[in-house]
Amino acid sequence: MKKNLFLAALLMSLMFILAACSDSGSEEDTGSEDASTEEGTESEGTEESTEESTEEDTEDESAEGGSSAEVTGTVNEDDEQIAGEGSSTVFPILNLLVEDFNADHGVAVELGGNGTGSGFSALIEGSAQFANASRGIEQEEIDALEEAGIEWTEFLVATDGLTVAVNPANDFVEDLTFEELKMIYSGEATNWSDVREDFPEEPITAYGPDQSHGTHDFFNEEVMEEEGVQGQLIQDTNQVVSSVVGDENAIGFFGYSFYQENQDSLKAVSISGPDSEEAVEPSFENVMDFSYPLSRPLYVYADNAVLEENETFHTFMEFTLKNSQSAAEEVGYVPLEDAALEEELAKLPNLEQ
Amino acid sequence: MTLIDKDVIAKKRPGRQSRNQILKWLFFLCTMFGLAVLILLIADTLMDGWDRLNMDFLTNFNSSRAENAGFFGAIIGSLWLMLVTAPVAIILSVGTALYLEEYAPKNKITDFIKINISNLAGVPSVVFGLLGLAMFVRALALGNSVLAAGLTLALMILPVIVVSAQEAIRAVPESVREASVGMGATKWQTVSRIILPAAIPGIITGIILALSRAIGETAPLVVIGVPTTLLVTPTSVLDSFQAMPMQIYSWVKMPAEEFQYIAAAGIIVLLVILLLMNSVAIFIRNKFSKRY
Repeated sequence: MKKNLFLAALLMSLMFILAACSDSGSEEDTGSEDASTEEGTESEGTEESTEESTEEDTEDESAEGGSSAEVTGTVNEDDEQIAGEGSSTVFPILNLLVEDFNADHGVAVELGGNGTGSGFSALIEGSAQFANASRGIEQEEIDALEEAGIEWTEFLVATDGLTVAVNPANDFVEDLTFEELKMIYSGEATNWSDVREDFPEEPITAYGPDQSHGTHDFFNEEVMEEEGVQGQLIQDTNQVVSSVVGDENAIGFFGYSFYQENQDSLKAVSISGPDSEEAVEPSFENVMDFSYPLSRPLYVYADNAVLEENETFHTFMEFTLKNSQSAAEEVGYVPLEDAALEEELAKLPNLEQ
Repeated sequence: MTLIDKDVIAKKRPGRQSRNQILKWLFFLCTMFGLAVLILLIADTLMDGWDRLNMDFLTNFNSSRAENAGFFGAIIGSLWLMLVTAPVAIILSVGTALYLEEYAPKNKITDFIKINISNLAGVPSVVFGLLGLAMFVRALALGNSVLAAGLTLALMILPVIVVSAQEAIRAVPESVREASVGMGATKWQTVSRIILPAAIPGIITGIILALSRAIGETAPLVVIGVPTTLLVTPTSVLDSFQAMPMQIYSWVKMPAEEFQYIAAAGIIVLLVILLLMNSVAIFIRNKFSKRY
C-alpha cells in the first residue's frame, strides 16, 4: 500500500514538473497573439480594436497573403450552430478557414474529417450543413439527398494533384501511362519488367490509401476504370508515404500535399493520361491548369436551404471561397484559378431582398 | 524397503534444476519483453512530443497551422465526457452487480443474464459506437453531443465494471453476511453497511480500468461523428465537443510532418491525465480499504 501511495506521489510530482517545463516554452512568439484570438472568440465583435489586431497577426504570420479577404455578409448570433463533416484531404484547408473565420467573426464552426462518405451521410442526415469531398458526388448520394428533400450546391475550393511516387533509389521509372498504372494496380504486373521491357526484373510492391479515402475512389475511377485497386491499401496516408520511403521497389499514390511534405524522400512520377501527348509532371502549375492528368477538384457541398436561411452560414461560405486560395496554398494544396473562383462565388445565393 | 531411490534422484536432479533455471529465465524474459516495448514506446513518444509540450499547447484550440495547434478543446471535451460517463456507468453497473449477487434468485435466468453480461464485456467498441449512433444520436435525437457520446461510452464500459464489482461482492465472506442478517439487519442494511464497504476496493479497481478504457477510446467517437475541430468548449451536455483520442487520431492523419510531433505531445497529455486519474483512484481505494 505504501508503494501505491508513493506511485501516486510520483505521478503528482511528474505533473508539476511537466507544468513547470511548459512555462519556459515558447511563450514569447505566440503568447500575445493567442490572447487576442481568444478575446475575439469570447467577446464577439464588440471590440473593433481586438479584431483588427487579430487580423494583423494572421497577416504577419503567413507571408503568402494569408490575410483574410473582406466579406460582405454579416453574422447573426441567433443562427444555429454550423457543422461540417467529410474528407480528410479537404480537412486541413477548411480547418484553417474555420479558424480564421472564428478569429474574424467570433463564430466557431464545427468540423470533422472522417472521410468523404461520412460527409455525405451527415449532409443527408442533416447533422452537417456542408460536406467536404475529395471526389464528385455519386448518384446514390444524389438520390439519397433528393429523398431527404435536401437541395445542395457544389462549390470547388481547391485543386489537388493525385501524385504517384516511387522510392528515390528507383532510377528507371520516370514516367508512366494510365495503362501501365492499371497493370501495376490490378496485380497483372508483378515485376517491374512486366510493366516495360527495359525495366529491371524486380518485384513491385504497390501501396495506396484504402477505400475510406476519396483519393482511392478517384484513382479507382480514373485509372482503374472502376475495376478495383489491388495492392497494400492502408488507412493512414502517412503510412503509405513511409512504406514507399522504406521500400526500394515500391510505388504509391496519395494527395499532392503528402508529396509536398516529403519531396526529399520521394520521387514523383510523371503521368501521361489517355488524352495527353506526353507525360506531365505533378507540378504546381500543371495541377492548377489541369494539364496534369490526375488533377482533381476538391469540393464543399452546401445545403441550399441553410445557405438561404442562415445568414452566418452564408457569410461563412463566402469567407471560405474568398480565402480558399490563400488557405489552399498555406496547407500545401493548389488554389483555384481566379476565373474559376469567380464562378464559384457566383453560385452563392443572393440574400439581399 | 526404500520408497525413495537416492541414486535415481541424484541422477535426475541436475536436469530438473537446469530446467527450472531455464524456465525461470524464460518467464523473466517474457516479463521484460512487454516492459521493454512499453518503455521504448513511452520514450519514443516523449522524445517526439517533448518540444511541443508547453503552456500554449495546453491552452490553444486545434489549428491547421502547426505552430498554433493546441489540445485545449480536446482536454476539456474529454473531461466533460467523463463527467457524463462516470456517474452513469458507476450507478448502473454497481446496481446491476448488487442485484445479481445479492437480490436475484439463483436460477437459470439469472445465470443466463450473468453469462451475457460477461460476453458483452468482449464486444468490440465499434459495435457500441453503432449502437450509440442508432439509439442516442438518431432515435433520441441527441446529435453528436456530450450526452450521446457519454451514454455510449457508459454502455461500453458497463459490463467491465459489472463483472469486477460482482467479483468483489462475491469475495466478501459469507460469514460476515450471515452475521449481519443474524443481528436482524435487512438486506439493504447488510449491503450498505457491510458488503459495499468491504467490496469497494475491488469495485473501484474495476471502475479505474473501465474509465481508463473509456477516455482513450476512439472508435465509438468516430462512429458518432465527434468533430475534430471545434473552437469552443461545451457549455452543457447537449453541446458538441472534441475528445483527446479523436484529436490525436486526426493529427496523425495530417500530411505535414510537424503534426506527428504534435500528436506525440497529445499522447503524453492523455497518458498523464490517465495516470493522474488512476493515482487518484488508487488513493481513494487505499483510504477505503484502511477503514475496513
